[in-house]
Amino acid sequence: MSETPAIQMMGITKRFGKLTAVNNVDLSIKRGEVFSLLGPNGAGKTTTIKMLCCLLKPTSGSAIVLGYDINRDSEKIKQIIGVSPQETAVAEKLTTRENLNLMARIYGFSKEDARERVETLLDMTELSERSNDRVKRLSGGMKRRLNLAMALISDPDLLFLDEPTLGLDPHARRSIWKQIEAFKGKKTILLTTHYLEEADALSDHVAVIKDGKIVAHGTPHELKRDAAVMQIMVIRAQRIPEACIDELKTNYPFVKETAEGLEIRGERLVFDGIVDLIRSHGVKIEWLTMKQPSLDDVFSSLVEEEGAE
Amino acid sequence: MRTVALAGRVFKEVYRDKAGITLGIIYPAMLMVIFMLIEGHVPVDIFEPINIMPGITVFSFAFLTMFSASMLSRDREKAFLIRLLTTPLKPGEFILAYSLPYFLIALLQTVVMFITGTLFGAPAGIGYITSLLFLLPTAMICIGIGMILGSLFAESALPAPGTITIVVIAFFSGAFADFKMIGGIVRTIALILPFSHAVDGIRSILAGNPLSEVMNSLYLVVAYALLFYLLGILFFRWRTRSV
Repeated sequence: MSETPAIQMMGITKRFGKLTAVNNVDLSIKRGEVFSLLGPNGAGKTTTIKMLCCLLKPTSGSAIVLGYDINRDSEKIKQIIGVSPQETAVAEKLTTRENLNLMARIYGFSKEDARERVETLLDMTELSERSNDRVKRLSGGMKRRLNLAMALISDPDLLFLDEPTLGLDPHARRSIWKQIEAFKGKKTILLTTHYLEEADALSDHVAVIKDGKIVAHGTPHELKRDAAVMQIMVIRAQRIPEACIDELKTNYPFVKETAEGLEIRGERLVFDGIVDLIRSHGVKIEWLTMKQPSLDDVFSSLVEEEGAE
Repeated sequence: MRTVALAGRVFKEVYRDKAGITLGIIYPAMLMVIFMLIEGHVPVDIFEPINIMPGITVFSFAFLTMFSASMLSRDREKAFLIRLLTTPLKPGEFILAYSLPYFLIALLQTVVMFITGTLFGAPAGIGYITSLLFLLPTAMICIGIGMILGSLFAESALPAPGTITIVVIAFFSGAFADFKMIGGIVRTIALILPFSHAVDGIRSILAGNPLSEVMNSLYLVVAYALLFYLLGILFFRWRTRSV
């Protein structure tokens, strides 16, 4: 694998009118790695991918994709990437085989080469038995596998997978994970997801994106290590006044009412201080516990921090 | 090659849509048979095979609008268009692939309507070929409108503008009623729009009149075809730039 990164984003920004969907993002993605862009809906994940695939022009900044500039070399980039969009982007009235064959022909394969490549991908994605079925008769998981196979038709070095397992049951999700894992080290994969478990299971590196900005970046191990320093306290009490919550928020960035109770997160929670503050508002605490933070908690802290303020 | 591959897919999806084919080909043909059977019992000029056949053929093209609009709209919503836009396909190839198959469908509609008309006594001859001079640009108008609607509306919102288009073409083409008898604003609108010119032009050709007699109508229909097709391309390009 070459030393130059597969993708180098340099201050890439996309605005739609007054909305800044992607805000000055700098990221480097190594060749051969699986890189996850993790974030909630509307965080800017898909817009980032669309710019890197040359579907959208950045408002400012640029990115180099496999040595080509997205602002200048869109035709060259489109020849060497594979894209699996968020929706199952398949032709419903064509068969599985016809869909793959169509993509092969669009990429300029001869009839013979297309046939060979289609068979390989049908085998790889375990769709051979359903190759002559119209796509509308396939299950959601099968359509996703076909979606992936269509992105792989030109055997690209770089794959963009936008929410590849969105809406799938755990079994179908694991089937897609197996396919992605098979490419580790062989292809560069940039995937977007809002499933933390997915990013954790598949990725070499993860970047958490929120409101178009990268708010955390590292290996899954590094992010988990960050989680270990976070403390979570859950308090159940009858009607905690807004004034009390506002006061707590001045000391702790994440204070939120959940189904369990009032959840307070921070690196150093002062137990007595919190209890005294709540009691000073005349609130009787019914129940209180400290929770072990998970990677999910780190993620939700990062993406919900602003909303909780 | 890429254009042919994508156009082939568009054609396959249209002809595999049984409801669409029924509406676009079988329904107009049956309508024509009914009118010609009525004409057999109650002679009405407009229902004579030579008159009703061009009207119904132009009317059948209105369904091309729905075919092309639905396909484009669906491909946008299901992100199939996004997938295609990330491939090496060029804008011109897209536009050709998304419009050429409908010309084939238009030819198929023409063949079915003309065979049906001939079976009921329309005079077969060279006029059938010459009338394509009017039919192809009329199909082009309908495809252009389809590209505009498909770029603007979600598939679920298409029935309203699609139905309006079909009704406008049916009414103002003079396929089912002689709008000249109605006169007034209806006649004015019909003369401004290209559809009645197409129908009258074909009727004249099938009646054995020289093409020179309907050249003005032909110019008008071709001008409309270029205008709507160009607008269709512009809307399509606009939509593909804002996926």
